Amino acid sequence: MTRFSAFSLFAKALGGHKDWPEQWPDAAPKPAYDAIIVGGGGHGLGAAYYLAKKYGITNVAVLEKGWIGGGNTGRNTTIIRSNYLYDESAHLYDHAVKLWDGLSQELNYNTMYSKRGVMMLAHNVHDIQSFKRHIHANRLNGVDNEWLTPEEARAYCPPLNISPDARYPVLGAALQRRGGTARHDTVAWGYARAAAALGVDIIQNCGVTGIRRGVDGAVEGVETTRGYISCKRVGVSAAGNSSVIMQMAGLDFPLESYPLQALVSEPVKPTFPCVVMSNTVHAYMSQSDKGELVIGAGTDQYVSYSQRGALHIVEHTLAAICEIFPIYRRMRMLRTWGGIVDVTPDRSPILGKTPVKGLYVNCGWGTGGFKATPGAGDLLAYTMAKDEPHWINAPYNLDRFRNGRLIDEAAAAAVAH
Amino acid sequence: MILIHCPYCDEKRAEIEFAYAGEAHISRPVDPSTYGDEEWERYLFIRANPKGRHHERWRHIHGCGRFFNAVRDTVTDKFETTYKAGEPRK
Repeated sequence: MTRFSAFSLFAKALGGHKDWPEQWPDAAPKPAYDAIIVGGGGHGLGAAYYLAKKYGITNVAVLEKGWIGGGNTGRNTTIIRSNYLYDESAHLYDHAVKLWDGLSQELNYNTMYSKRGVMMLAHNVHDIQSFKRHIHANRLNGVDNEWLTPEEARAYCPPLNISPDARYPVLGAALQRRGGTARHDTVAWGYARAAAALGVDIIQNCGVTGIRRGVDGAVEGVETTRGYISCKRVGVSAAGNSSVIMQMAGLDFPLESYPLQALVSEPVKPTFPCVVMSNTVHAYMSQSDKGELVIGAGTDQYVSYSQRGALHIVEHTLAAICEIFPIYRRMRMLRTWGGIVDVTPDRSPILGKTPVKGLYVNCGWGTGGFKATPGAGDLLAYTMAKDEPHWINAPYNLDRFRNGRLIDEAAAAAVAH
Repeated sequence: MILIHCPYCDEKRAEIEFAYAGEAHISRPVDPSTYGDEEWERYLFIRANPKGRHHERWRHIHGCGRFFNAVRDTVTDKFETTYKAGEPRK
């Protein structure tokens, strides 16, 4: 593996960039591993990397049914923030934001993490009250978040329409300056490259078709489209397909899978300096480094695995975008797509052990898993290595749906779900 | 946008006329006081979420306003059938 540096880039440029070596090998499955991660998205690859890096477990395979980063990792709108209301959520998401900070250096791969700020717009009295409550709760947890007047909000994001004549006028905004965006593909590729360098096998086109359990009920291995693989420690990080995989181990999960759509415009020069979200009119947007406006639409109303959604969902979001940012009314949209998000009843993830010995799970991130990529990977690796959850992910257990200790972020208004 | 056949209006209409209402045939507890934590968890939170045939409820909210059940494939989003509330599971 060539280490990337200004010098190596310069040297290769002299040779016309012709002889870059393969960044990581396309591995074939071995008969047995110490640990298997099901799902080669950012979360799964991250878990494999941290298992190898932090806990010395290097005989690890990541099984991906398609190509790595081709699921929700490559389909999201790349927004990173941690301004969640509850203590458990603030700890979980801020753990991830702290890891984002040094990630490019750690992986020697540019994840293009840009702390451009995430601004949430308040359009009514309830929004103002709710956002101010979030700001205070966040600051008590050491998470930055501040209140902006409409004028300050427009100064931070000039395309914003703060006219009092707007259908839903902007009455203020909450700004998390540490929030921002990253390049989603590079997160998967960076983790894959770093994990492979430590000995992890990245196995693509290898779908899991069954989970084999022994007489004691513990996991013995997984059946895949490329044969049986023996393994006593399996971590499932399969996003929208999580309940399908858990069914293979005989577990019913409190999950429902919905299509979530996003779209990008034609690329234009930099006009949009930050991330803006509005939950009330349901719109959020940022501009990629390539110049496209990246827009997140909502989920479709019905359960589906189709990875596509209906046009009226997109229209609804674009109507809101045109109202908040009149400057973009004549922009043309280039592409829309959908990803399948696994949603829990309380809209918080499930990350920890399962009732089956040797089976661990990281799922239920719903519409907002990208921001947590490094944190979720790190915590899944911890849980698998120690066979017990880290204190940060301990509240995110499966038992909470039985004992009622829900982490009810769904009712918290600063969450776009 | 998917087209949905309302079994009451006997017409195929656009999805925006309808509201999705979750998995079908989940019966309310007959005697809630006998329910333990496990039964409540199953009733409130556990859903089939299958990749394939899914039984679900819809409401023709901008039409007749009535609830009905449907069987839809969650991979293709194609409806197999829709039927009136109260009819047996298809």
